[in-house]
Amino acid sequence: MADTIAWDWQTGEKSIPVGNSNSRFEWVEEPYVSYDGERVASIVNIAEGEFTVCVNGQTWENPFEKIWHLRFTADDRLTALVSDAGEWTLAVDGVSWENRFGYVWNPLFSQDGRSIAVSFQQDRQYGMALNDVPWEETYGNLTDPVLSPDGNHTAASVQVIPTGEVEIRKFQQGTISAAKDGVVWDRPFVNVWRKAMNLNGDLAAEVRLTLYDYTIAVNGSPWEKTFGGVWEPIFHPISGAVIAPVRVKGKWYLAEEGRLLWSTPFDQLWHPVVSPDGKCIVAIVATGFGKWTVAVDGRAWRHVFSDFVTDMTFSSDSRKIAVIVKDKERWSIAVQGTAWNNTFDMIWKPVFSPDGAHVAAKVERGGKYTMALDDRLWRQDCEAAWDPLFSPDGTRLLVKTIEDGTYFRRVIPVGEFG
Amino acid sequence: MNEPVKKVAEIIPDEGIDAGLARLTEDRIENTILRVLNGETGARLKVYVETCIHCGLCSEGCHYYLSYDKDPRYSPAGKVKQTLWEMIRKKGRVDKAFMRQAVVIAATQCNMCKRCAMYCPFGIDVAYLMSVVRRITHLLGLTPQYIQATAHSHSVNMNQMWIKEDEWPDTLQWQEDEARSEIPHLRIPLEKEGADIMYSVIGPEPKFQAQLIYQAAVIMNVAGVNWTMPATPGWDNSDMAMFTGDNELMGRIKRVHFETAGRLKVKKIVMGECGHAFRSVYDMGNRWLGWKMPPIPVFHAIEFYYDMIREGRIRIAQKYAEPVTFHDPCNVVRGRGLHEKARYVVNAMCDTLIEMHPNREHNYCCCAGGGVINCGPPYKMVRIDGNRIKAEQLFAVKARGARTLIAPCHNCHSGLEDINHYYGLEMNIKFIGDILYQVMKKP
Ligand code: SF4
Ligand code: SF4
Repeated sequence: MADTIAWDWQTGEKSIPVGNSNSRFEWVEEPYVSYDGERVASIVNIAEGEFTVCVNGQTWENPFEKIWHLRFTADDRLTALVSDAGEWTLAVDGVSWENRFGYVWNPLFSQDGRSIAVSFQQDRQYGMALNDVPWEETYGNLTDPVLSPDGNHTAASVQVIPTGEVEIRKFQQGTISAAKDGVVWDRPFVNVWRKAMNLNGDLAAEVRLTLYDYTIAVNGSPWEKTFGGVWEPIFHPISGAVIAPVRVKGKWYLAEEGRLLWSTPFDQLWHPVVSPDGKCIVAIVATGFGKWTVAVDGRAWRHVFSDFVTDMTFSSDSRKIAVIVKDKERWSIAVQGTAWNNTFDMIWKPVFSPDGAHVAAKVERGGKYTMALDDRLWRQDCEAAWDPLFSPDGTRLLVKTIEDGTYFRRVIPVGEFG
Repeated sequence: MNEPVKKVAEIIPDEGIDAGLARLTEDRIENTILRVLNGETGARLKVYVETCIHCGLCSEGCHYYLSYDKDPRYSPAGKVKQTLWEMIRKKGRVDKAFMRQAVVIAATQCNMCKRCAMYCPFGIDVAYLMSVVRRITHLLGLTPQYIQATAHSHSVNMNQMWIKEDEWPDTLQWQEDEARSEIPHLRIPLEKEGADIMYSVIGPEPKFQAQLIYQAAVIMNVAGVNWTMPATPGWDNSDMAMFTGDNELMGRIKRVHFETAGRLKVKKIVMGECGHAFRSVYDMGNRWLGWKMPPIPVFHAIEFYYDMIREGRIRIAQKYAEPVTFHDPCNVVRGRGLHEKARYVVNAMCDTLIEMHPNREHNYCCCAGGGVINCGPPYKMVRIDGNRIKAEQLFAVKARGARTLIAPCHNCHSGLEDINHYYGLEMNIKFIGDILYQVMKKP
């Protein structure tokens, strides 16, 4: 996330009309808003087969034949996948990358927003391109791409041995590997799935050695022990150890370097996260059939939720966890194991204030959007809204909404939430 | 219609089964059977095995039995007798020849349609017992080649048809372009976070039947719903791993599907006209992962069309004139009870619905489902001969005037096409969406 100190935290309200752009264009697609709230953008159609992007009322200089996947990076550059003359590439603030491809998709952004990676296909060969630099080696197929959190490396599962669709024996001998920055591991696996990378550029991935034996491979070497299942690995930011959920005799455990780290069996266990200070590990778990919650160092919260638990977030001081919960078909937020009283038709990822004292989220009820802060609702119902963001001192909330065809950027004191 | 039943060759060569058998030892067979019986099955299996009184009432429930001249080997209890009971009785000590027969029975002579369970006085679910056999044969590496290859596709690409990651959004954009010549501002909104609906389909749609995506896009646009499709894996709701017994892979596929919907912050998933995919997201895959119900509610296309027509969001311009009959797919009728909603939709779209008999939850299976058609060309005649009863049922309804056969399920469609062709029925087989697209009011 970009440094928010330099943002305008003084002006209470700014607005940009967006409704009137409908008359200027054939059609206007859904709007996207910059993290700092200063820009609102949409893909617009200007004529048959001619698209551009309209940002705060101004269009990009050059139109394209097709545009999709409009997104702001964390440092608020506006990106989209664009095509001209049958070739595809990524454009940043209207300027295309130099490299063009048969197709590009799935743009990935580093946490600071400075690095952008895409998957590409060129002449039926597949690779990734990082900041306009394509891999030198390409492959017959590519799946599960990742960009390292620092934005320095890309990796994906790739097909290294061409196989016919019904050649099952050949497939089971291993035809898939992982490539980091285009360079493939020195052995294939039956499957290679979700991956993690650390700051040294080490790559860990879920692998299947046979149809039945699952484990984690780090830089191409599988753990000695295999399991009945594994989920996504993570690197411990302090110790460097690789941690992943593993399945043993039908139950899930958290393992580190192939050994069980948590002795508690769970019916499900995924999305492990290490706290920012590195002192505790949490994961989303099911303690029984239809009993979902969060486990902290192997101990589940007392409250369980029937439907879904997702989008877990730590406060930056590592002392609190907030998570989206869905219980009996209603969405809410749970902080430290206690759910809000308010429930919603939908809720977005919770956001902590820098000191961890407050939690805010975008919420939806009856087709209207608003903000919730510590289980209290903002007064305004809106046609559209974006995730809220706290000021560096935690006293104000940046709220970005659309009401009656006008985009509003508001800075609201936290106290306004009653 | 008295065509004699063609006897299927006793041993059909299959690379998956034969190569698998060559690697096996009787010890491994025994250990694997015991591991599944003792470690993976519970009270349900025990109750079924202990309760069955071998009365044979279930036999009349099975289309294979009826089509194969009441040969007891094709009766539900007969299939259990030739597979699971013997494994239990011999405490897993069965030989390779037995296992070969067991996999052929479980994988290609049972559609897991659960019709027989309605005929059993104790409600014994033979489909479940066959799924236990498939689990054992999966762990032994005996799964038939074609369906195993499909499971491999799922494992690599998270879809059924080896569709690569770029081919999916590219196909949607191509369909969007095509549809714009009919509805100029039509969109297939990709990756639209916060839409109300994520629309998901099965692999064959982008691969072979892209017009179905076109039609769905027109229906969504005319109905004015706020919808999206993911541009990443997770778009395919199908799941052949569910039918090979590779539960771990089934769970992985379903996790990607539901987490994709969760990432897009949609309130519901609407899926195309597929039955087995519905079973995988509504019953099997979600539950294997620990979700009692789908974490994001799932609506089969029948329910979606029903809601759109009832709410007046889709209006009919001119009803479909040719008399139709309706085939109730097992997974959404016995599995979900959508038969009356389906009839509401069909009656809204069509002038004349002529019921086939039996119908609703008593309808005969298409004989393609349960992964049987996915076992590929070697077994094609097993299922076509094994569903002569379906042909008879359809000839009867055709004699009463039905010309179009509506089947809101991909497997049913393919299976019924084979029956249509082989038995010379000459009916027009359609999805609900085909007709709805044709008869609805468009701008
Ligand atoms: S095909 Fe259907 S009726 Fe026949 S045994 Fe299997 S589940 Fe029962
Ligand atoms: S009807 Fe039920 S009890 Fe009778 S043989 Fe069939 S499964 Fe067994």
